Amino acid sequence: MLMPHYSMPFENRSQLPTRNQRGSSVSAPQHAEIATALLERNRKDPTRLVQILREIVEALGHLPRQVLAMVGAELKLPYGRVAGVAGFYHFLDIDESARYRVLWSDNIIEHMQGSVELCEEMCRRLWIEPGRVSEDGLVSVGYTSCIGMGDQGPALLVNGRSVTNMTRERVAAMVDAIRAGIPLATWPQEWFAVADNIRRRDILLDHRLKPGAALTAALARGPAAMLGEILTAKLRGRGGAGFATYQKWQACRDAQGCARYVVCNADEGEPGTFKDRVLLTRDADLVFEGMSIAGLCVGAERGLLYLRGEYLYLREHLESVLGRRRSAGLLGRHILGSDGFNFDIEIHLGAGAYVCGEESALIESLEGKRGTPRSRPPFPVTHGYLDAPTTVNNVETLACACLIAENGGDWYAAIGTQKSAGTKLLSVSGDCARPGIYEYPFGVTIAQVLADAGASDTQAVQVSGPSGICVAPDEFGRRLAFEDLPSAGAIMIFDDGRDMFQVARNFAHFFAHESCGFCTPCRVGTSLVKNLMDKLNAGHGSPHDIDELFKLHRLMQSTAHCGLGHTACNPVVDTLNKFRPAYERRLHSLEFEPGFDLDYALSQARQMTGRDDAGAHLANES
Amino acid sequence: MTAIFILDDEEIPFIPGQTIMAAARAAGRYIPHLCWDHEFPPHGSCKLCTVKVDGRFATACTLAAEHGMKVDNRTAELDDKRRTLLQMLFVEGNHFCPSCEKSGACKLQATAYELKMMTPHFDHFFPDRPVDASHPELLLDFNRCILCELCVRASRDIDNKSVFAISGRGIKTHLIVNSPSGRLADTAMSLTDRAANVCPVGVILPKRRGFAVPIGSRTYDKAPISSAEES
Repeated sequence: MLMPHYSMPFENRSQLPTRNQRGSSVSAPQHAEIATALLERNRKDPTRLVQILREIVEALGHLPRQVLAMVGAELKLPYGRVAGVAGFYHFLDIDESARYRVLWSDNIIEHMQGSVELCEEMCRRLWIEPGRVSEDGLVSVGYTSCIGMGDQGPALLVNGRSVTNMTRERVAAMVDAIRAGIPLATWPQEWFAVADNIRRRDILLDHRLKPGAALTAALARGPAAMLGEILTAKLRGRGGAGFATYQKWQACRDAQGCARYVVCNADEGEPGTFKDRVLLTRDADLVFEGMSIAGLCVGAERGLLYLRGEYLYLREHLESVLGRRRSAGLLGRHILGSDGFNFDIEIHLGAGAYVCGEESALIESLEGKRGTPRSRPPFPVTHGYLDAPTTVNNVETLACACLIAENGGDWYAAIGTQKSAGTKLLSVSGDCARPGIYEYPFGVTIAQVLADAGASDTQAVQVSGPSGICVAPDEFGRRLAFEDLPSAGAIMIFDDGRDMFQVARNFAHFFAHESCGFCTPCRVGTSLVKNLMDKLNAGHGSPHDIDELFKLHRLMQSTAHCGLGHTACNPVVDTLNKFRPAYERRLHSLEFEPGFDLDYALSQARQMTGRDDAGAHLANES
Repeated sequence: MTAIFILDDEEIPFIPGQTIMAAARAAGRYIPHLCWDHEFPPHGSCKLCTVKVDGRFATACTLAAEHGMKVDNRTAELDDKRRTLLQMLFVEGNHFCPSCEKSGACKLQATAYELKMMTPHFDHFFPDRPVDASHPELLLDFNRCILCELCVRASRDIDNKSVFAISGRGIKTHLIVNSPSGRLADTAMSLTDRAANVCPVGVILPKRRGFAVPIGSRTYDKAPISSAEES
């Protein structure tokens, strides 16, 4: 059934109080008033819990317990359930108000661009410690996982808004603006500028389709024939796993159930990936149209776009595109004058949780729950959103469906390689002259990408982010395609001057921060790996610790609940195998390091007896 | 023809839809586990019941048995992984068996004995988890929580109270109670709740009943967990 009130939650946004108009001392009755308004706007729908809590944080700057209790009472959910959801998401787990909340992107590429020094500089100028709210409740400065701006970093979020290209001058100016209490709305607009940085176009970035053209073509073909074209096109998922889109859609279409859903996975959280941001910025029409085509094929009337919380700034733009498409008859009832095709799209925002990129965790989040991946089977195609058949597809996959609707499956299958049809968007960042978005037919070599991006003296390339694979120079002839290097499109470049150990350590911290905490091996294992990497970094490591890393890798790979845990040690193991000296030069000793330092233990006795001769020393066993 | 699968060279019959774990238990066979309890739907978080099904790792408590499956259970490889998982649980919380009232009846401890875990191996995290003694009849010692969510499920699905929930994430994932004050006394919890006696470790304990069973007569003094499975 089509619901008529899709656009409602976002109407009249400007009438609601925003954090920059309020002081940091909003009273409890005001909290209740604001929360009530936001609950009403979300129809007191418990499946919108994440949205409701997000909007309350946007308005109040934090989530006081009394407000959580009130939300629970209004939604008829236990307090514990609401508090548990709030405690899961990085952008909701906030119990202390700050008028300005600054979160630097904790991506290794941005570390290389100087983000750590700039963050320290900012803290120094503001007289605050990282991660803590200033005494006057004015500001807090901390880190968050990669915010998808690796080609224009260092970047940060301030009250959820993206700021790019940070420099020392910009830090100084921002500190002045914060100290003066200037509202974000009047900050220089160029701070918030996000560039597309498109460096190479192919069929997807250069499609020249008018809004509605692909959908018209799909409707003319009819659902069954359209699905047939997807099969002929050999379209595979662009989120990295490469599952055949036809199979997914067909299974969803065939599954028992009266309602079906199309979910667009725009939770682009893999560090170093930002191609979906650019697609949604430039070509939201194509993405929404792809969702509509998917809806036509599987027989769904509702589409949900799950936008990562870090891309909050895109929401307004996306809502306006949706509004325009509704007016143009491309969404809603009897689309393009058709007899029975009804479809509409709703936008949900994430709230800072990488694991929600996993499709079943994403569905849990859409239902207003903690983003814990489900046990599979059953899979979302039969038991997805609200237990109904659901197809979850990547932003880019859905956009590709439009090209296939317009030009046919044979045309599409002829591009790329045997097993990887079409083109792939790459997000290129790191040590190169021209970071940005590159579209290539599948099968392009790493060497070609490096040459085009203007990279030299490249030591390593991390393909597909931390959960992907680290490629050394002798492998630069390898091809980006599902038959060789599968990828969601992140290409992070590291030149000779970079320390690959620090790259792996950054990724280990990332996984420890993002583990959902559901299963033992990942919850504890990611933190053990992080601690071991920190131990090596501090110069206290021994070869035993390296054996431990391999052991934890094997355990997590075989017993973790989902892909996050399975792949969490990939960057550590890859760099250990390919860049071993980066680890070994940190080891205290290449031999066994005793946990107990005999000679050191005697130092007090030496001091007390005043002896320091050879007989007062013990050699450590080796 | 009865549907069967092979568990470590022994044929196990099952009813279609039954999980490997449920079928094994019905046949009197032990697959190590902590978050699974035959009275509750499977959860699949502790991963102690990881088995190898036709060469691939799987969670025995959530995977439906299929005819002809070959399931490895008590192999050296799997028990080694289980031992490491136990060590992870021991260092994640604060477990001091000698002073714990649950000692001898604790599934974590009993499973560690079963799998011959000799040391915690990893560095302890030593988390700061204050106890909650606010409730007149029950004590909550969060230090021992292994996040099996049995109390969450029992309170929600059987007691209809939802007294317990999970918050945080990653290594900071933790059990919370259903009150803004964070105190058990301010929830609807009562001593007679199913949730009050479902904890496999020593988190939820009745007050004024400590060390009631003498050493030698405790649950797992009489038989190891592999043969003393709950009836």
